[in-house]
Amino acid sequence: MSAELSFSSEIGNLMYAAHGSPIKTCLQCGMCSGSCPAVEFMDHTPREIIGMIRAGLKEEVLDSNTYWTCASCYYCTVRCPAEIDIAGMMYALKRYSMWKGQHKEGLVGPVFSEAFVKMIVNSGRSYEPILGIAYLPMFSPRDIVLEGLMATGLILSGKLPLLPKSVKRLKNLQQMVRRIIPIGEP
Amino acid sequence: MMKQYAYFPGCSLESLSKGYHVSALESARALDVDLQELEDWNCCGATAYFPVDELLAYTLTARNLAQAEQVGLDFVAPCSACFKNAWSTNNYIQHDPDLAEHINYALEADNLHVKGSSRVLHLIDVFTQDVGVETIKQKVTKPLKGLRVAPYYGCQLLRPRKDHEEVENPQYFEGLLSALGADPVDYASKAHCCGGSLIITARKAALDMLYKCLKDAVDSQADVIATTCPMCHVNLEAYQSRANQEFGANFKVPIMYFTQLVGLAVGVPAKRLGIPGELFASKPLQAHLQP
Repeated sequence: MSAELSFSSEIGNLMYAAHGSPIKTCLQCGMCSGSCPAVEFMDHTPREIIGMIRAGLKEEVLDSNTYWTCASCYYCTVRCPAEIDIAGMMYALKRYSMWKGQHKEGLVGPVFSEAFVKMIVNSGRSYEPILGIAYLPMFSPRDIVLEGLMATGLILSGKLPLLPKSVKRLKNLQQMVRRIIPIGEP
Repeated sequence: MMKQYAYFPGCSLESLSKGYHVSALESARALDVDLQELEDWNCCGATAYFPVDELLAYTLTARNLAQAEQVGLDFVAPCSACFKNAWSTNNYIQHDPDLAEHINYALEADNLHVKGSSRVLHLIDVFTQDVGVETIKQKVTKPLKGLRVAPYYGCQLLRPRKDHEEVENPQYFEGLLSALGADPVDYASKAHCCGGSLIITARKAALDMLYKCLKDAVDSQADVIATTCPMCHVNLEAYQSRANQEFGANFKVPIMYFTQLVGLAVGVPAKRLGIPGELFASKPLQAHLQP
């Protein structure tokens, strides 16, 4: 019987090799949590999440909002005395959670990321109003009205184009993407 | 002699941030910098590719880098998120031949190849490092006298790279503003994150971060906040009223791209810098926006 990979190794493997020290070198000093501008909105602090990964608390980690609340500001990454790329680790957790289809209910992040990638595969460029359609259901009715008013105002003032632009060699770009992830045949 | 760069505007500069695009081109030209737009650039993915596939994220950015290498020019991005992706990807391509091989296998589909041989710069690096503040100072014809400007570095211009002067307390933006004749304002949030990447996905956290940045700048009596990133700019400007609602504040700080301030100081007329009409009503700016 083959040995099963620990949760800590799984996440470690999902962090790209050039990204700094492995998470097992964490000192639990809390520099990351103390530097994090979004920490008070997280179910668990970054320091706790690293401890929980190492303790194999997979369900608790995946069901927390912590990694989807990371703003990618990289204060933790540049300040970590063990040189762990903690923001990179948050991305590894996002990928793991997307792959397993498991995350805390009601989060906008996973839907947004998926919509964004679909848009790029379709046109090669990003376009705010298309993204809007994907995430609107996650907002409260009041937010939708305010957001809609803002988008309309931006289009009327000429700040938003009515139609998205596309790359010139779209077919080549899609072929390129196909060499990395399955997006179906044209 | 005009120095040429391969210019990657990024998606925001085609839509929400046209003012950044025009002021980047105008102010660069005034400083003898020729920004040649990449022939067929694609979206760099900002922060949204990495949760889906890391190799895809690097490859999409590498497609832009490869086009800069093709024309043999240094790569310049005016957006901090695009810059961070390009800088990191270039760095990994240089140091990891296996990753480079995977990326190049995918790039073959578009007849491109990447080596990591271009320098990757943010537009403000071009102004402060390549052109230099002394040269800029000599070109200033309309100094921004008496204008208190809060230099907003934000996060991804400075991090995660650690190869620049001072990751915790940089000074080059202040140096640029002083060269323009403005008074750079010292405030604690200059390198903090404004929450731009969370404004859609974690609104409460984003507004909290945004409010703190705005409050710090206002408490330091800034007349205007200068940005180096379209994401920060949109967040600070368009969501300012939402932050006011959320925290019962009444901030009305004008937000300007650093390129608009450079343009004004070297004598480019305000209307060619995409400066929005409402800013003309802003008292501290009035003296500097005369045609």
